[in-house]
Amino acid sequence: MDLSAINPVLLIASLMVAATPLLLAAVGELVVERAGVLNLGVEGMMIVGAIGGFAISVESGSPYLGLVAAMIAGAVLSLLFAFLTQFALANQVASGLALTLFGLGLSALMGQGYVGIKPPAMGKLDIPILSDLPVVGPILFGHDPVLYIGIALTAGVWAVLKYSRIGLILRAVGENHDAAHALGYNVIRVRVLAIMFGGACAGLGGAYISLIRVPQWTEGMTAGIGWIALALVVFASWKPWRVLLGAYLFGGINVLQLNLQAAGIAIPVEYLAMSPYIITILVLVIMSADKSRAPASLGRIFHASG
Amino acid sequence: MKLTKILTSAVLATGLATAALADKTKVGFVYVGPVGDGGWTYEHDKGRLAVEEAYGDKVETVYVESVPEGPDSERVMTDMALKGADIIFTTSFGYMDPTINVAKKFPNVKFEHATGYKTAPNVSVYSARFYEGRAVQGTIAGHMTKSNVVGYIGSYPIPEVIRGINSAFIHARKVNPDVQFKIVWAYTWFDPAKEADAAKVLIEQGADVILQHTDSTAPQAAAQAAGNVVTFGQASDMSEYAPFPRVSSIIDDWAPYYIARVGAVMDGSWAESNTWHGIGDGMVGIGEISDAVPADVKAEALALKAALADGSYHSFTGPLKKQDGSDWLAEGETADDGTLAGMNFYVEGIEGDVPQ
Repeated sequence: MDLSAINPVLLIASLMVAATPLLLAAVGELVVERAGVLNLGVEGMMIVGAIGGFAISVESGSPYLGLVAAMIAGAVLSLLFAFLTQFALANQVASGLALTLFGLGLSALMGQGYVGIKPPAMGKLDIPILSDLPVVGPILFGHDPVLYIGIALTAGVWAVLKYSRIGLILRAVGENHDAAHALGYNVIRVRVLAIMFGGACAGLGGAYISLIRVPQWTEGMTAGIGWIALALVVFASWKPWRVLLGAYLFGGINVLQLNLQAAGIAIPVEYLAMSPYIITILVLVIMSADKSRAPASLGRIFHASG
Repeated sequence: MKLTKILTSAVLATGLATAALADKTKVGFVYVGPVGDGGWTYEHDKGRLAVEEAYGDKVETVYVESVPEGPDSERVMTDMALKGADIIFTTSFGYMDPTINVAKKFPNVKFEHATGYKTAPNVSVYSARFYEGRAVQGTIAGHMTKSNVVGYIGSYPIPEVIRGINSAFIHARKVNPDVQFKIVWAYTWFDPAKEADAAKVLIEQGADVILQHTDSTAPQAAAQAAGNVVTFGQASDMSEYAPFPRVSSIIDDWAPYYIARVGAVMDGSWAESNTWHGIGDGMVGIGEISDAVPADVKAEALALKAALADGSYHSFTGPLKKQDGSDWLAEGETADDGTLAGMNFYVEGIEGDVPQ
């Protein structure tokens, strides 16, 4: 065992990268669920964002254009779900599952010509003095911009939900859509916008994998992160900061266990491999012992006549 | 009344469709990853396409990709068999027991399971001696590493993967007595993000050569980003990362085997068999060694490849000891296939334990 081989600074820096796609997708889904909609299509929207962003950034040569395209791709795909569930009043679970299957297939089709291509690199944030600081520099100031967007997004979602009128309306719609409707709020419009926001976030999370974290296009490359994001929202009791904590825990333990393996620590590898799942769930379940609960209208279909 | 009518016609239609297809040999493939993974599954699918090309109208092939190993794969195989497949190739180690289970229910359907060891009257197994390719990789890796740390991304701790680690290690040590292996188990065949993380971790801990036994090209991309790390293509050539970081590769060539086996089903000569071919039979190919490798190292690697191909050298030739220091192979002795097929130990010099 040689724990000195693990560089804690690099470890923290890389766990932040590993956690970001999960964080982006989960924060988006959190907003959707707080509006009372259960969208199981996160994985599908992520992978379509991954290929959409990848294709556009390869064609245009700009990674930033790619990220915008990924958000648009995710949002457009989520519109399909919005149409099915909000206007056609289809079952949300079935529609969400269908969206994932559709997204996986569509992305494979779109990605035919992009296997083995290298995307344009995204520059890292490089602030002259700050990025060169020991320890703090690589951890806080040496990342790609999207990572900071992820953190800012979490803070933004938290503040909007908690303090703003928009947040209040969104929560009202999620808690009791009939009452919100009676008060004169347009339940369908709020939900469609929330679904699109969730789609854009998932798309961005997918593009983060294909453009920054891996970076390349491979079929099925999100490999279940969308599902983990869904679980994370539940275990985080629909609270943004807990989602951040959960994502960093999950990403962090994942990177840590690989580091421990490489350093040859004497813990059986099986336990290390399952540790991210167990510890993340454990911590979040213990935290949710307070009286947090799901939005009351989650997954229920709303119709104005209802 | 109406329902009965519909059902009857449905049954009739199915019957007709089956009859129409009866003169075609139907071939099913079960894949563990997507056909576009650029590695393992990609090469199996190339084999499938070669079967179509070889027999044209006489065959019909179907495949299902990204099938999880375990019980769900039984459903996929059963479905294929019910839809009239004559032969089904199940192309990952974890399909072993499901293949045997489904084969019992369909005695007239032939099954071919890749990389496993359980056979039945209608189940054959086939695999390639990837460890011969690992010997060549180990030789190059031993020469190319400057930090003397070689990173190895394992998928699952199964004999096939452990053989590869041992073979690469033995030959890396042979040319560089100071070399160390750092092994990380990803517990997946295909998860680009995780594979990339594993590669980055190994690079951060000082590895400047990365060997992988997972299916995607993500570790190649991670090595490319790091700049000075050598990699090898796995299962497929991965030539899009040549000449650097990918300096060579192991290429699986399943096409001749698939064509032969489907042909055997057609002419009725198919029988239970256990095929394990290596470089000499062409099932394992060594991708072009790029110019990033010094000429003398390249020559040494090619000489080793030639010796493996003509059978004058075996990848596991004594004297070799097991990790615990006990004797395994005496001077000049070579490992028998039985030991290799069930290999669950590291050779002397590798640090860490095989996960049990």
